[in-house]
Formats: sequence, structure tokens, C-alpha cells
Amino acid sequence: MHLATYLGLLHHAEHTLAEAFRRVGDGHAAEPDVFHLCEVLARQCDRHTDALVPVVERHDERRETEPERLLTAGLGETRSGGVGLLRDLQDLYTLASFVDITWTVVGQAGQGLADRELLDVVGTCERETAVQLRWLRTRIKQAAPQALIAAR
Amino acid sequence: MDEADRISDIWGARTPHARDESWPVRVDMHLDGDVGEADVDRWVQSACVLCSNGCACDIAVKDGRMVGVRGRAQDTVNHGRLGPKGLYGSWQWSRSDRLTRPLVRENGELVKSDWDTAMGRIVERSRALLDDVGPLSHGFYTSGQLFLEEYYTLAVIGKAGIGTPHMDGNTRLCTATAAAAMKESFGSDGQPGSYTDIESCDAIFLFGHNMAETQTVLWARVLDRVHGADPPRVVAVDPRTTPVAEAAVATGGVHLAPMPGTNMALMNALVREVIHRGWADRDYVYAHTLGFDELAATVEPYTPEVAAKICRVPASDVRRAAEIFGTSPRVLSTVLQGFYQSHQATAAACQVNNLHLLRGMIGRPGCGILQMNGQPTAQNTRECGADGDLPGFRNWDDAEHIDQLARLWNVDPLTIPHWAPPTHAMQLWRYAEQGSIRLLWISATNPAVSMPELARIRAILAREDLFVVVQDGFLTETAQYADVVLPAAMWGEKQGTFTNVNRTVHLSDRAVDPPGEARSDLDIFLDYARRMDLRDRDGAPLIAWTDPEGAFAAWRECTRGRLCDYTGLSYEKLRGGSGIPWPCNDEHPEGTDRLYADGVFPTDPGVCESYGHDLLTGGSLDERTYRALDVRGRALLKGSPYTAAPEAPDDEYPFAVISGRTAYQFHTRTKTGRSRQLRRAAPEPWVELSVADAARLGVAEGDVLCVESPRGSVQAPARIGRGRDGVVFVPFHYGYWDTPAGRAPGDDPHAANELTLTEWDPVSKQPLFKVAAARVVRVADGTGPAAAPTTTASAPARPGAVAGTVGGPGAATQERVGESAPPPAPPTPEHTPGVPRHEATDRS
Repeated sequence: MHLATYLGLLHHAEHTLAEAFRRVGDGHAAEPDVFHLCEVLARQCDRHTDALVPVVERHDERRETEPERLLTAGLGETRSGGVGLLRDLQDLYTLASFVDITWTVVGQAGQGLADRELLDVVGTCERETAVQLRWLRTRIKQAAPQALIAAR
Repeated sequence: MDEADRISDIWGARTPHARDESWPVRVDMHLDGDVGEADVDRWVQSACVLCSNGCACDIAVKDGRMVGVRGRAQDTVNHGRLGPKGLYGSWQWSRSDRLTRPLVRENGELVKSDWDTAMGRIVERSRALLDDVGPLSHGFYTSGQLFLEEYYTLAVIGKAGIGTPHMDGNTRLCTATAAAAMKESFGSDGQPGSYTDIESCDAIFLFGHNMAETQTVLWARVLDRVHGADPPRVVAVDPRTTPVAEAAVATGGVHLAPMPGTNMALMNALVREVIHRGWADRDYVYAHTLGFDELAATVEPYTPEVAAKICRVPASDVRRAAEIFGTSPRVLSTVLQGFYQSHQATAAACQVNNLHLLRGMIGRPGCGILQMNGQPTAQNTRECGADGDLPGFRNWDDAEHIDQLARLWNVDPLTIPHWAPPTHAMQLWRYAEQGSIRLLWISATNPAVSMPELARIRAILAREDLFVVVQDGFLTETAQYADVVLPAAMWGEKQGTFTNVNRTVHLSDRAVDPPGEARSDLDIFLDYARRMDLRDRDGAPLIAWTDPEGAFAAWRECTRGRLCDYTGLSYEKLRGGSGIPWPCNDEHPEGTDRLYADGVFPTDPGVCESYGHDLLTGGSLDERTYRALDVRGRALLKGSPYTAAPEAPDDEYPFAVISGRTAYQFHTRTKTGRSRQLRRAAPEPWVELSVADAARLGVAEGDVLCVESPRGSVQAPARIGRGRDGVVFVPFHYGYWDTPAGRAPGDDPHAANELTLTEWDPVSKQPLFKVAAARVVRVADGTGPAAAPTTTASAPARPGAVAGTVGGPGAATQERVGESAPPPAPPTPEHTPGVPRHEATDRS
């Protein structure tokens, strides 16, 4: 069964996203809202990772060989300035979108297995990931005109 | 007729009364020196602008000068009363060191100039930047103290003329959370309650609101209930032992003193208790709200014990406060800076709305919510769109709302920036710091003292590539950084209208001429529009009006059919009687006392001012998601988990430092610091700490302390006061204009905002003035007690340890009780004008 593979993939992706939030927050600490909210959301990703642990362990004994190339790559160094912030937020958006759709994929399997514990975890984490995307979209929309038109 | 010293007796003589009786009239009057009432040449109608209460008054004019004030008995807001700031601070500044000529910077120095030169420089820079960069190079930072006509004119210039989204007011620092919380819960800004709710409530909750100092006349109104028959129980949430907290103890209520930054844990526990103990009105919740299940799930972990641990208050007090809220027949709540300027501001203020919605306590006498304002005309900054809002409570994300404005102004809708909410002040300053905003026009506010993290603000103001225009009545700390200073006429020297906390609109007439070449803020904005040749899409002048009354007429059209409907108001109607609360239209010509009597709210898409936000992150909902909620005029119950504040005390910085106000000063003291009586009452800053903390640090009353945060430091004498352990209080009024250094600390740093951090609430974007960590060091012996007032929250812990604050002979104020009958309360329409009708959702 490949669900274990995907649970591992999701666990890894949430961890990567948490790291990416922290990296972008630290890299743009002069933007206090970005700094602070990235930390809040990184902690949220940490909790998602923790919530997955019992489910991962339960399914782990039926694990297939994990193809490495399924894993997501993390963020490199953050960029600087208004355009740099914009681009880094877009990277976060891409990662968070991947996490979001992966929750959907895992949730579908949970439905197929009638795994209530997994579905509860999916419900909460999927809702919170949607909020992360909403915040990123809001912040990107706000930052774009100034960065692209007026920034030096 | 009695004489009172309204410095020592802040709230004046009691006129107690029982529940559901009218508040008696007491006319307060203070005149300069030996001027008698009969000596006054003219009385000119106005209302006080030294807090948000909006007390109606008449200005005494003698020999062409303002010589005092008298409360207006017939006004529903104050029934004749005035507070110390209004009595002593309203007019004395007018004959002091005013700006009388424009100033321009030459070889690094500000020199006297003339209007053509000054405006010419602004227009030259403005045009060059528009050609070179475009509208995003322009930022406007305005006030909560101009008149409606001025804000609306500025909003049209910025949004339809220049086309910049970068416009905000200092209202961002004082009242943004009030507006944000009402938008999230009710779909729109607009105060649900009324001051008349004080007369009929059974309990009054003050959340982070030291009303006794910030709105002294409103507190006098509460005291008259507290001292009468069937007094309401008072519940105070404040880390200091304020007069409000004392009233809480005296009335059998509760004083909760949570650690700064933990309000959300407390509020979640109160909401949870109301739900768990079965005090929610299930029928009201079902018919008039959305989101109950999610809210109940969000607050579930917050037992009184959990909150008690986070907030460091007794769990039994949390239970007791919830019980008072849950079992009192009629509850009035007020909210101010203890919530608005703290961590999770909007989320916490929304929980106050939630408590009322859960109990169905809204729109009925005594069941009010007052999401307060800090400044007299903050409501107008918000409704006129001179801050991060659009005029008439319109929604930036609603294309039809933008079209309405484009039609009204006859401009291309694409001229009006609406790709995101208008830029909030904190971001606006950040863009200036990064050099993408290159012209910053500051009107009637003093950010070099009032913004957080002053060292950073001074550095931004001093940037070579930032062209700073300051428009003010005085050479403030901020004006001393300007490239061009424009001398502005002030209150009593110009005409206009403004709106207070409970939506009451007052006319303020011109009593005297402005000094020298000073001009009204309206005339300055109109002059800029004319010189910039701002035109509509047909080539006609964009701004067609030339005077206050013309601006008011244009504004009236902008509000037609909206919640803040002014179409039933005119200067003529506002002259002579009482102020009138909006909405006021042909159908409701006497205005509206309370909103939402039928539990129908302006939440419909197409009407609402915002599609709302996630309270944890501030992420905005889009139109489609919002429409899918199918709100149908119901209010929204929104929640959020508690999160730790971005800065908390640690080993290096073991204290939580909060900034705040005193009853005798307003803002950065530009007016109140020029009143003899007020200046004597609260002459200089102090650092307030608890008895136990003082003992531990070996500090005696009056010793000089240095409070140091990661951003800066403040030095001032110690007041051993009555706050909670671990919390230090510093008043925020004191800057540098009356010190040798002039605009910056020099070797005497004492502005509270040297300490504060640059961080804001994710929804309202209001800065966090009440969550900084600091250490306290004793630096020198004192020369006597701190000069902190003894009459208020800053009273010494040991009564009598310090000589009492008095006004003396120059402070004599006449109080005349009961000479006329109280004015009748305005009507409350069954259905709120400007809100689409809905049948209540049927449970079956």
C-alpha cells in the first residue's frame, strides 16, 4: 500500500514548509508582520507534523519502498528587498500549495480506508493550511504593486 | 451654582439617579481669569476635541479671542458637562507659540516663507515624482483630529486625484481595532450601542478601558449610576488599579488584572463559560448569528484554570466575571486601548462582540457595545476614507462599490486603488524607510512622539530621499524634521463637523480668526488640488467645493443609502440643539440611537464593508468564499486560539512595560501642555511600578529610574503605584518640544515610545504599544516624589504619601445642576437604515 509512502511524503513536506516559513521570517525580519506570522505558521506546521506521527506509525508496517524523488525540495537562501520578499512569499505559496493538495490526496485515501483518526487529522490540518495560503495570497497581493512599480 | 476645582475633582459633582431615569443636566463652565459670564461677547457652538467623547460646548469669545468654554445642556452626549481637558485645555493654546507662516528648509534650516513658495515646492516635488515613479511614491499620514470635511477632501485627492493607496491616519494607533472588530462581527464599522445604555444597564464591563481618565465625562455618567439606586455592577479588565477597578470592587463586580499580552486567553475563557453554563440565548444565536459551532470548538480548551494560568489571575475571578456577564439582565461593554493596543487585538475585541451576540444583548436599552475611539474625530477618518478604508464604509474588494465612487467622482474606476486594502500606517512608514515612498504628507499628528520605536521613526523622517510635508498648528517634534511646514488653523479658528464614539455628529463653528497666515486644513488641501490641477474624466475640477459646507454637501451624497447615512443632516439642522447620531435620513430625521434592534446586520455581500479575515493571520476572505457563507444579515461569531505575544519578559528584560494616558494630558500635549492648570497637574513623565517590585529593586518614591527595552530607554522618577507586579507603566504624552533638544531625546530620553516595538495586529494593523519587555535600573536618588497625578490610576500605593494634585485658584469651574430638563434620547428605529431587510431565520 502506498499510503504509508504518501504519509511520509506529507510529513516531510510539512517539515520542509515549517523550515521554509522560519527561513523566510528570519530573512525578512525587518518586515515585522512577516517575521512574526512566519513563526506562528511554522509552529502550526510543527503541530501538523506531530499530528501525523501516530498515523504514520500505524501505517508504517505496510510501507513499500519509498521513491526518493517524491520528496519536496526546501528553500535556498532568502532574497532581499521588496522584490525579494515577493519572490520568497511566492516560494512559500508553492510549498504550501503542495502541502495542501497532499492533504487532499491523503484525505482521499483516508476516505477509502474509512480511517476516522486520519480523517480527523486531515480535517484540521487542511483547514489550517488553507488559512496559510490565504494569508500568503493576501500579503503577496499587498506587496506586489509597490515592489514592482515603486521600489528602487 | 457651585464652584469646583476640576483638577482635584476630575468628574465634578455627583448627580445620582436610579436605573432607567434620565441623566440630570449639569452645566460646567470655566472662563479665563476674571472674565465673568456676562463679560463674554459671543458664545460660538462647538464640541470638545480633547478626547473621543464629543462633549458639546460653546466657546466664549471676548475681544476676538477664545476665553473659555461652557457645556451645552441640550446635548445628548454630555448634558452640559465638560472634563478637565476640555475646561482648561480647549482654548489656552490659541494665544501661545503658534505657527503663523509657512516654513521651508534652506541649507538644512527651516526658514520663514510664504504660501506660494511653500506650496510651489510641494507641487514641484509632487509632479516630478508622479512623472518619474507614479502615485505609489506618495504617502499621506493624517489624523483623528481634523474635521469630516477635511478628511473627505483629502480622501478624494488621494484616491481619485493622485491615485495612491498610501493614506492612513494616526487612527491606526488608536481606533483601527474598533473598526476592524465591528467589520468582522457585524460586516461594517458603526457603533452598535449608545451612551444612553449607561442609564439602563445592570452590569458594565470595561475591557482595557480606563474610562475614568480617557473619557472623564462618560465616567461621570457611569458614576451617577454607581452612586444612585440599583447601581450596575462594574467589571474592569486592566493591569492597573484604576478608578474603574476601584468601582468594580465597590459595586460587587470584579477587577481582572491579566498580564499584558494575554487578553485572548481571558476572553476565550469568558466565552467558554457563557456557553458551558448555559447562558447563551440559543434562539438569538440561531436566528441572528453564524459560526457558533466553530467558536465553541475554538474556546473549548480555555477553562478558567487554563486562562488563570496564562493571564496570572485567579480562576474564581474569571468564573465570577463570566457569571456577571451571563446572569445580568442588561450588560453594557466598552473596549479601548488595553485591548486595541495589545496582542491579538482584533480577535480579543471580537470576543466582546461575541459575548453580546451569544446573549442576544445588542440593540436594546442597556445592552450595548461601545467599541471606543481614542480621538475626537477618529470616526470621520474611518468613514471618510482618510485612513485604510474607503469613503462611506465601502468595500475595497467589491467592484460595484468602486464603481459607485468612480461615478460619484466622475473618474475611471481604475484610478481608484483597490487591488488590496489601502496601505496601513505601519506599512506606509516601512515603504518610506525603504525609499519607495518619497513624499510623505503629515497632517495634524505628531508621529515623532506617538509612533512606536521612535529611534526608527526619527531616522525615517530624517532620510535625505524623503520629502516631508508637515501641516500643524505648532512646530511639533515632527514638524522640526519637515522640508515644508504649513501653518494650520485649529479648533475654534475654522468650521466643520465631526462625529463621536456613539455616532453623534456635531457642528463646530469658527469663533476667532486663525493667527497670522495660518489656514484651515481644508483650505490647504483645496489649494493643493487646485495647484495640481486635479481633474475628473471630463476635464472639470475634481473637487468642486470651496468651503466646509460645500464639502459637507458632497460627503452627504457619498453616504446616501449607506449605514453612515448623513443625508438627513445639514449645518442648519446641527445648529442650536443637540448633536444628532447617524444614520440620519429623510425617513429618520432625528437620527438613530442604537443600531441592530432587530438583529439584522449589514453583512450581506454588496453591502458589507469587508469580506472578513482570518483572525489569527489577517488573511482576507475573497468574495466567492464570503458569498458561500450565505450570511443573510446575520452577525459572524469569529474566534481564534490564544498565541503568545511576540515579546515577553525574560531574564534579560524581566518587566512588561505598557504605555498609557493620564486624565490631564492628550496625545503629545500640543494643546494640553500649553494649559497652565493641566501642565501643573501632570508636568512630566514618571515610571510606575508596584510596591513589591520597588522593594525588590530598592527603589523609593521619586528615585530616578532608567527603563530599557531592546530598542531604547526612558528616564523618569519612580511612582510606587498600584499596578500588578511585573508590569511597569509609562505615560506616552511626553515628547521633546518643550525640552532643549526640541525634537529628539538628547541626553534626556523620556518618550514612552522609545521603548515600544514595531509590530502590529494582523487584522486591524494596530501597533502593539502594550507588549514590550524591559529592564528597570535605579540610576539616582530622587529630589522628591514623582510629579504623577494622585487623583487617578497613578495615585501612590500609600495614600497620603505624596501631596495631592490640585488646580488651585486658577482652576475654579462653575457647575450648575438641574437648571433644565435632560434632553430626550434620540429614537432607535426598529430596523437600521442602510441595512437590507431579512426575515429572521426560522428554527423549524
